[in-house]
Amino acid sequence: MGLKILAIDTSTLVLGVAVVEEGKVLGEVTNNLHKTHSERLMPTVAGLLKDLSIELQEITAISVTSGPGSYTGIRIGVTTAKTLAWTHDVPLFAESSLTVLAMNGKRFPGLVVPMIDARRNRVYTGVYRSNTLGVSEVLGQQVLEITDLLEQCNRLKEPILFLGDDVSKFRGIIEETLGENAHFGSPAENLPRASELGEMSLQRIMRGEEPLSQQFTLNYLQVTEAEANWLKKQKQGTGNDVN
Amino acid sequence: MNHKNSLVLGIETSCDETSVAVVKNGTKVLSNVISSQMDVHRRFGGVVPEVASRRHVERMTVIIEQALAEANVTKDRLDAIAVTQGPGLVGALLIGVASAKALAYALNLPLVPVHHIAGHIYANHLVTPLEFPLVALVVSGGHTELIYMESHLHFARLGQTRDDAAGEAFDKVARFMGLPYPGGPQIDRLSAQGKAIYDLPRAWLEPDSLDFSFSGLKSSVMQLMQKAERKGETIGQADLAASFQAAVLDVLVEKAFRAVKQKGVKQLLLAGGVSANSGLRVRLMKRAEEEGITLRIPPLELCTDNAAMIAAAGTYLYHEGKFADLTLNANPGLPLIE
Ligand SMILES: [Zn+2]
Repeated sequence: MGLKILAIDTSTLVLGVAVVEEGKVLGEVTNNLHKTHSERLMPTVAGLLKDLSIELQEITAISVTSGPGSYTGIRIGVTTAKTLAWTHDVPLFAESSLTVLAMNGKRFPGLVVPMIDARRNRVYTGVYRSNTLGVSEVLGQQVLEITDLLEQCNRLKEPILFLGDDVSKFRGIIEETLGENAHFGSPAENLPRASELGEMSLQRIMRGEEPLSQQFTLNYLQVTEAEANWLKKQKQGTGNDVN
Repeated sequence: MNHKNSLVLGIETSCDETSVAVVKNGTKVLSNVISSQMDVHRRFGGVVPEVASRRHVERMTVIIEQALAEANVTKDRLDAIAVTQGPGLVGALLIGVASAKALAYALNLPLVPVHHIAGHIYANHLVTPLEFPLVALVVSGGHTELIYMESHLHFARLGQTRDDAAGEAFDKVARFMGLPYPGGPQIDRLSAQGKAIYDLPRAWLEPDSLDFSFSGLKSSVMQLMQKAERKGETIGQADLAASFQAAVLDVLVEKAFRAVKQKGVKQLLLAGGVSANSGLRVRLMKRAEEEGITLRIPPLELCTDNAAMIAAAGTYLYHEGKFADLTLNANPGLPLIE
């Protein structure tokens, strides 16, 4: 029996679930309803497997996006994926939500910049180069002010494809800064695809990579505000650690 | 459905404890793993919801595995999955709910949502079976309530706090006094060394009212300290702690026994994190003896948030067929009585 991967993505407002095997997407559900992932995720997984007449026991690995994006969304996806993987004793793999989104631009001749709103004019982002088979990181994933990102993009002097539903919030300033080099995804390309997520993990398995441990760290890209404030105080030497 | 030999796995993540337990027949604790985050939150002086949620995700399956191993039960032998649906911190509750749903789906088991306060009350059932009718005094960092129960799973609220929960008042006053987090146990410990010499208000509210109010008391403590500071006087920490604790306990104890009298019950139950307070335990025991009332107080490990209590309450809900489907969501403001 071949590999069957169940892929789960709730890192952004888009909910994605897919089942992929080698060379084939068996089924996929993508919705952009912005409804609570907590209510919808488990019924969507159950519904898709039922439609495909696949028992959970037939799934050989589980794949999940571990951020960046909505903190709550990431946790619902990862907790669900982790628990399913643990219960059925199958390996768990995680991918970056930005890389999954960037995969929609893998045929674009130039650079691909996926974007997820991080509020206060900041975005979770990274710069990728497409190579028709996939994408590779040129600039690491980070949380950046939109103006800082565009400044860095401008220096690259190449056509850039911006991907993600949140890009529309910044379209004006992107066009203003990058002019001719600014390109935008189609509505379909702006939605991350769980089938791409599953395919990425499938490739990992084929390469013989080790699955994640149960306690793997999620990809929030930011420490919590409380921790940031505490660290700042420690640096200033004003912290009164009661420990 | 097997009423005699039921094995229920409980999950509790409403605040800063990640807990999973296996309970047999609703009364016997086979395991009750509690992973406390207290050390993580201590440096912030209180529970930071985002930090708590991040920690829950990392611990979740590890704790499930540990709870089954300690119970010496394999997952295919379970009969139901019970989980705290609310009230609590929404981000924290979501982790337990997501995990419980995945477990229930993967193992094809009924999913049983449990109210956190029902869980606290049923903590007592793990020691001695509940006898009805009864009155329960539920006191914790998030709750101060008097509940009347005629039979299993039938809750009626007799009174509740109108502002701060008792535990919350303890924590706030302790922070104001410069005591380390968590403040409740610190005040309890200091109280034992001091005398209640400061005159602090007791909020009795309307005659016959079984409601509580602690915000006025909290303000009085702060005013007392500020006044002393202005005058350059020193206030003994132990005496202040004793005075504050006495003011809280006077009201808790008096109203609990008023409720017992009003409802004419013979059993009083104490539940919730503040049941660990030694002053409260002693005062209630004394009064119960005077009044000839049976008092039930859970052992310390079942006072604070734990999953065994959720599995215990969940077992009765399971027997009544009160299941949820896979759309179950966390509800931070879940009412106990519908
Ligand atoms: Zn509690």
